[in-house]
Amino acid sequence: MSVPIFILKRILQALPLLFIISVMSFTMLKLAPIDPLAHLRANPAISLSAIKAEEQRLGLDKPAPVQYAIWIANLLQGDMGISTSGASVFVLLMQRAGNTLKLSALSILFTWLIAIPAGVAAAVDRGKFVDKLFGILTSIGMSMPTFLFALLLLMFALATHLLPIGGLTSSNYFELDTIHQILDELKHLIIPVTVLTFVSLAGIQRQMRANLLDVLRAEYVRTARAKGLPEHTVIYHHALRNAINPLITLLGFEFSALLSGAALTETVLAYPGLGRLTLEGVLTKDMNLVMASLMLGAVMLIVGNLLADVLLKFVDPRITLE
Amino acid sequence: MESALATLEPVIAQEPLRKTPWDRLWEDKLARFSLIILGLMYFCAAFADPLTPYSMDFNDADVANAPPSILHWHNVKGEVVTPYVLQVERTFNHETYQQSYTEIPGSGYPLKFFIKGEPYKILGIIPGDIHLFGVPNPGRLFLLGSDINGRDNFSRLFYGAQKSLTIGFLGLFIAFPIGIIYGGMSGFVGGAVDNGMMRFAEAIMSIPSFYLLIGLAAMLPPEMTSSQRFALITVILSFIGWAGLARVIRGMVLSIREEEFVQAARAAGMPEFFNVIKHVLPQTASFIIVAATLQVPSFILSESGLSFIGLGIQQPDASWGNMLKAALDNANELVDQPWLLAPGFLIFVTILCFNNVGDVLRDVLDPKMQGR
Repeated sequence: MSVPIFILKRILQALPLLFIISVMSFTMLKLAPIDPLAHLRANPAISLSAIKAEEQRLGLDKPAPVQYAIWIANLLQGDMGISTSGASVFVLLMQRAGNTLKLSALSILFTWLIAIPAGVAAAVDRGKFVDKLFGILTSIGMSMPTFLFALLLLMFALATHLLPIGGLTSSNYFELDTIHQILDELKHLIIPVTVLTFVSLAGIQRQMRANLLDVLRAEYVRTARAKGLPEHTVIYHHALRNAINPLITLLGFEFSALLSGAALTETVLAYPGLGRLTLEGVLTKDMNLVMASLMLGAVMLIVGNLLADVLLKFVDPRITLE
Repeated sequence: MESALATLEPVIAQEPLRKTPWDRLWEDKLARFSLIILGLMYFCAAFADPLTPYSMDFNDADVANAPPSILHWHNVKGEVVTPYVLQVERTFNHETYQQSYTEIPGSGYPLKFFIKGEPYKILGIIPGDIHLFGVPNPGRLFLLGSDINGRDNFSRLFYGAQKSLTIGFLGLFIAFPIGIIYGGMSGFVGGAVDNGMMRFAEAIMSIPSFYLLIGLAAMLPPEMTSSQRFALITVILSFIGWAGLARVIRGMVLSIREEEFVQAARAAGMPEFFNVIKHVLPQTASFIIVAATLQVPSFILSESGLSFIGLGIQQPDASWGNMLKAALDNANELVDQPWLLAPGFLIFVTILCFNNVGDVLRDVLDPKMQGR
């Protein structure tokens, strides 16, 4: 199957899945004791007639199934409604999702840059000092709650004043030129990216180590050694390329874990991302916002898995897409 | 000859031919150490009342947010005496708007073991009023400081353990039966039903778990008793945990059904339903045991995460997650109050121990997966 048809097929498969997710989330939130307009009602600047109009526009005076129909009809027309803060949900989500993607992409990049060499080093020197050291580090990484590690780094930043303590931009961000703006953002990203990288490092490093150990036992590796190839050619040219492939399938799962892990990290570090937005939405009973971000989270996860599958096809020509 | 036999026999008795998985788990130093730590933690949780100086709700508003009490070993003359604590006094700096505590010199309150204190009921049954250690009133022994309501952080860690440590296991008892039955059914029935059931499981897995978790936690009405809330949070955690298990079980059922011994039973006339129950499902047992051991820490982590952001176990009840919330609320003064991170450290140690046991258990029960 060619790649475009495969992608099309997967998108068509995802549509019913997204439908089920939307029904599920909607039912869930409708069962919750939530008044999505509570904040509009509490705001004296918003007139009663405006609230009535919004109630009618959102169909809150109608039964739940009708409300769902209206919600999904609006969604299909690209209207996600407004959040209780009065801003358009779409605008809010786009701002925040961009920040979360930035965080996740950088974390995945660094995770792979560190985990692959670390996994290789541990497998090559199996049972030796390097292997044991990484063994201990990954045990710690796998057991470290993101919020605890974020708090520890926050403490470090407070004690040393080397790094900014949370947020994404400094207070003078808008007075800086473009280069300094980018530098400022990067500086703010150091702590959250470190947290997420450290936590997701463990799984990838262990998987890489195990894969390489498996591959090193294969017949063709023995052949390569037998015909007198230098050890580093055997490892980096023959074994490594085959050992990396299974990791690419993990990429999709990793992305999902990152989205969840990011939610808590964002909260601790006051990072303006999707997770924190959703959490605030849940706490302020912001129906439209929570619905939209649950759906967006699911879409991001499905797209992440799809990308991982397509990437695998490009890396490993033996894979046939089905 | 006789002496040789005499030395041989005890050796044979010590080394049974076939070691049970439990023996091999216990032989591993790391696993044994982790099991002992976990055992200690559960013991402390179960006997929190006699082991701690104060009850969960004991509070003294005059010493809110106090630092850990200092145990003095020397009296004013410099002689070594029974350890004692001094009473503390709150002072407020009107320029920096910060409060600090200073000790009032005078006669101290000596540390006493098996001291009579607040009455309690161990596990809700056995009454008593003897605490392992403590200081006489009105002295206060706050080993890890006090929280914003003047409650003892050290004691509350024990009571928090009761919630945080049991929720992982209770979650298992809901999530795993559902996952096994759902996955087994799906693999057994097959066809359109299987397809539909798996799409539903995938839908649950397609929402990033933490988003689903906070969405579900928002459904809980605010006016619940603490035990109702505890129960419902367990249900929510299990709701997230069963889908992944169901998928794996279904895959295993589908492949094991094609194994020769299952086909043989089928050919011998065994009804398919009993065949699945008797031959197929038991084959998944070692996977289930390993998955369960590794699922407990993830439940514990989810509960603490949820309580940490204020959606899980609520005040005045203690859980490690909501105690760690104090660290987040005081993030700016965290450097001066590192003891606020103690509950986070306990969460970390618990998860580390469960992961260690799970890893070794997997090597023991599932040699095919060795090293992964």
